[in-house]
Amino acid sequence: MDKKKSCSCACGRTVTLLVPCSGAADTGEIADRAARKFAMGGCAGMFCLAGVGANLSGFIASARGADRLLVVDGCNLDCAHKTLAEKGITENIIHVRVTDLGIVKGKSPATAERIDAVVAELGNKLTASLKS
Amino acid sequence: MLIQILGTGCPKCQKLEENARQAATELSLDFHIEKVKDLQQIMAFGVMITPALVVDGVVKVAGKISGVEDIKKMLAK
Repeated sequence: MDKKKSCSCACGRTVTLLVPCSGAADTGEIADRAARKFAMGGCAGMFCLAGVGANLSGFIASARGADRLLVVDGCNLDCAHKTLAEKGITENIIHVRVTDLGIVKGKSPATAERIDAVVAELGNKLTASLKS
Repeated sequence: MLIQILGTGCPKCQKLEENARQAATELSLDFHIEKVKDLQQIMAFGVMITPALVVDGVVKVAGKISGVEDIKKMLAK
């Protein structure tokens, strides 16, 4: 996908949207930066979770219309996952939690190594979902 | 009633428009259908997947072609 373009036509291919929590904590920053790095690979596009929280119909409809939502939460508060659930969006979700990778909230600056670990996990989970 | 079809003009967009037109006609609504092909305008709706159906400014569905009966329910709300 064109990096400047952030709207996808559903014709002829599946649409995967990346939904990071983008929280204030270091793990939220890692979630956000990992999602952005993963999106650069072209397998998925970044999505605005705030638009769902703001109850904007276009974002909610887009989340419902995606073939897959790659949800990235920084910690076990699972804000991104729960924000979607609040709008009844519970299907076709692949969930990655940064702290599940041994990254401790509040003690883990967003280094390239940690970001890459999350990027790798995103790739693994997306690949696994495609095989199942 | 303003019905907008968001999309760059692909076959799915055309099918969604066709279904929306049929649904509105069968409901005897006073409607106008507008096609929105400009990406910036599409994104201004918060829509990230096309085609999308917008009714009086509210995005009802994105990334899917809703059938006539489903669209009728959307138009009736």
